[in-house]
Amino acid sequence: MSGRAVSMSDSSVGAPSRPRTAAGHDRGDAGNPRPLFDRGFLAADKTTRAVLADLVADLSRAGLTPDDLSNAELVLAEVLNNIAEHAYSKAPGPVELRVELQRAGLGCTISDQGRSLPAGVVPDPELPLIAPPDHLPEGGFGWHIIRCLTTDLRYAKDGDWNRLSLRIPWAD
Amino acid sequence: MNKTIAEDGVDIATSRVGQALVVTVMDSRIDAAVAIEFKEAVRTEAESPGNPVILDLSNVTFLDSSGLGAVVAVMKLLGAERRLELSGLTPPVAKVFRLTRMDSVFTIHSELPGALRATG
Repeated sequence: MSGRAVSMSDSSVGAPSRPRTAAGHDRGDAGNPRPLFDRGFLAADKTTRAVLADLVADLSRAGLTPDDLSNAELVLAEVLNNIAEHAYSKAPGPVELRVELQRAGLGCTISDQGRSLPAGVVPDPELPLIAPPDHLPEGGFGWHIIRCLTTDLRYAKDGDWNRLSLRIPWAD
Repeated sequence: MNKTIAEDGVDIATSRVGQALVVTVMDSRIDAAVAIEFKEAVRTEAESPGNPVILDLSNVTFLDSSGLGAVVAVMKLLGAERRLELSGLTPPVAKVFRLTRMDSVFTIHSELPGALRATG
């Protein structure tokens, strides 16, 4: 439990390029929500698998229902796949995944230093046209799945970091 | 040590029952890490005769959009004369088909009839 980054006294550097939206932005949860999962790793398919396995084990230990577990695993798989395939299409780079328990669901923040999201906004694509036999899409479902299973989807640039935050509401 | 499933390819079993070729996925995940291997493995197995091809997904507990894309790709590979049908979707897998409306594209059996069950 070493104190995390927030010690204001030391950071008197006052880098003006870094917008600090720290506390007060955590709507709905007074006090400090404890992260259930906090992990830094390099983006890649196989790493994604391993991280998701650890995440599911931790969330399962925290008492999440099978539905909530599978929603979290699916949403975060899609986000991490996007990062590996698009943000870091040339070479793997650092990713940080933080998941915390909130009253309304799981609050997740996923950060990377790769290519920014196009136009700096969270994509909201139409579901691809499905009209067999001529139109059978093999891709383009990722963001649709993410949007179906999340609320409070936000994207921001924080220095070199892309920060995507989202909430996965309880399935109930 | 720490062998991943992906390094060994995707584990698949097939059986021929009546006219149908049943392709049972033995692994629990079809995700971005194995989507291409999965497609290739099913393509190879589907060289055996049988129509329809029934993809038995009862062991699969996780499918992401890459995995879904691979299943669609298999359907296309089989061409117009051979149907791909699905069987045994676990709840997390069924959810992906439902959310993407891909459940409208496939004939989906809740489970393989006893006679069709792949043994081994």
